[in-house]
Amino acid sequence: MQSLSVRPSLPWLGAFKRKAVLTTFSVLLPVLSASAMAADLTIGFSQIGSESGWRTSETESIKAEAERRGYDLKFSDAQQKQENQIKAVRSFIAQGVDGILLAPVVETGWDQVLKEAQRAKIPVVLIDRGVAADPSLYLTKVASDFKEEGALAASWLAAKTNGRCNIVELQGSVGSSAAIDRKTGFDSVISNFPNMTITRSQSGSFTRAGGKEVMESFLKAEGGAKNICALFAHNDDMALGAILAMKEAGVKPTKDILVVSIDAVPDIFKAMADGEANATIELNPHLGGPAFDAILASQDGKKVDKWIKANGPLYLPDTAAAEYAKRK
Amino acid sequence: MKKHNFLHKHQKTLAPLLSLVLIILVTASITPGFLSLRIVDGHLFGSLLDILHRATPTALVALGMAVVIGTRGIDLSVGAVIAISGAVTAVLTVNTDFPVWLVILCALGTGIICGLWNGILVSVFNIQPIVATLILMVAGRGIAQMITEGQIVTFHSDVLDAIGNGYFLAFPIRVWIAIGMIALTVLVMRKTALGLFIEAVGANVRASRLVGIEARLLVLSAYVFSGFCAAMSGIILAADIRGADANNAGLWLELDAILAVVLAGASLAGGRIYLLLTIVGVLIIQTLTTAILTSGLPAQYNLVVKATIILAVLLIQSPKTRQWLSGIFLKNKNAGSAGKASTDKGSTRA
Repeated sequence: MQSLSVRPSLPWLGAFKRKAVLTTFSVLLPVLSASAMAADLTIGFSQIGSESGWRTSETESIKAEAERRGYDLKFSDAQQKQENQIKAVRSFIAQGVDGILLAPVVETGWDQVLKEAQRAKIPVVLIDRGVAADPSLYLTKVASDFKEEGALAASWLAAKTNGRCNIVELQGSVGSSAAIDRKTGFDSVISNFPNMTITRSQSGSFTRAGGKEVMESFLKAEGGAKNICALFAHNDDMALGAILAMKEAGVKPTKDILVVSIDAVPDIFKAMADGEANATIELNPHLGGPAFDAILASQDGKKVDKWIKANGPLYLPDTAAAEYAKRK
Repeated sequence: MKKHNFLHKHQKTLAPLLSLVLIILVTASITPGFLSLRIVDGHLFGSLLDILHRATPTALVALGMAVVIGTRGIDLSVGAVIAISGAVTAVLTVNTDFPVWLVILCALGTGIICGLWNGILVSVFNIQPIVATLILMVAGRGIAQMITEGQIVTFHSDVLDAIGNGYFLAFPIRVWIAIGMIALTVLVMRKTALGLFIEAVGANVRASRLVGIEARLLVLSAYVFSGFCAAMSGIILAADIRGADANNAGLWLELDAILAVVLAGASLAGGRIYLLLTIVGVLIIQTLTTAILTSGLPAQYNLVVKATIILAVLLIQSPKTRQWLSGIFLKNKNAGSAGKASTDKGSTRA
């Protein structure tokens, strides 16, 4: 009985051992550079799955970044299931990793497992999405700011049209954070320009078919392209669908209607190179670097912001052909 | 009196048709230009044409669904079959030198195989249809994702472009395809004994077996037909966006198809289906979708508005409402001769 009560739980033991090893190293080898020390990091990465091309490139980018730094990355694909992610995080804790990257599939239900990681003194970095838990339970969130993406799209459009434009908007899935925030960011910028208005706004559900069907109805309702100056689509796939709808209605995309969208999937670069789209903003998949840096900073006892914004750049047609070749 | 008898006799047929006309008229009053049709590049152009154009994939799926429901079954896997056949179309077009007809044949063949799988589970292994087809509904999208490797595979083919968005005699080619398919199905179901057999199996399997109907083969062929229709729809949907989107192609289309069959007055307990009215049901659903998109309604209200109107249509068609309505109608009509009204009511009901 007594022996049981004093025995530390396994995660605790792991954390203790790792600390001890690190301390020994730093005491015995003070000449060792910081980067060489960092080479000892073992990181667990629980990914949602591979449901989209974007997520696949996110996974590949994080794996490549870990390899470049010489980290040992333990990767787990949850196949869209939260229970698999919780299992993976628990197994990372049991293995005593130095840090955990978590791309949470849903927002809720993480408190317990995050507390377990905290007790084991393992920092958790949220990747590309947030959770509805006390911010003290995780180290930081590395993600794009959807509002800034929307605002950037609106700023580009305002500059391009001298603040004079009737815009039709293709929203993402109703209620999704990407759709809500991209719309909020976009609206916040165009509200500064009295002659920029959104004349039509509907949901295309983030899909090509949805974007095409909604754009068809916009063109009918507005009587062709003469009253539409630009299309803002919450993602590239809807924009690609809308471009098809325009071409079939005899409307020339980029000439009759400007097209700006977000994500930077390979196909939009092809459309830009073909002169059918004007601009796209990258939803940055290269989140490994900032995430690993945050873990290193926390090990050094530095303060880390609760949200590290990793926004991607705006791409224009001039580099589109080269970008398409790179991403294909 | 004679006119009233006609109304009463054809109430079932008239209710969905009237609902459709009413929805179109109300939309036209809200959205100016909804009814306008003009010729652009030698083909018709307008919202009404959009409805026909967009309704074809659902119409094809609903046709297969109606036949399956006639046998007292249900096919939940059609959305997944759409994704698979679309994926096959795209991947074969991009990765092989197959001529287009062979690609289409392969995609249709995939649909038939899916239908066979469902049919065998239901008719040979006697698994309940809702469970049997649920398996492919879940797994099918995964199969489609495996075929496309999780990416949206875009392709270019003149013939497929024509199927997706081409025109013939002022109407979209895909509408002609659907009309041909509907005509063929109606012909086979109503002018041969096959339709009678299928409804007989749905109404009472044991009785139909006793009169010598091979129920097993009929049920199997119903699912094969549904798989074939879904594959056709999948090819059209892929051709429409010139790409196969395994995650989203045909998503929730099975529900629209079932709804259309039910709007037509079919019984989910089998034995009673109405093919042409099913198409009217599809048009009701698509008109609503297009109407909502052109009306400028905020996106978050789409589903609630759609559901409310569908509920109203279903309520109008429910036997209870109809009884109640015709009661009021008769009372008003025969207000002068109250005594006659009761006998009249009795006789028309009989």
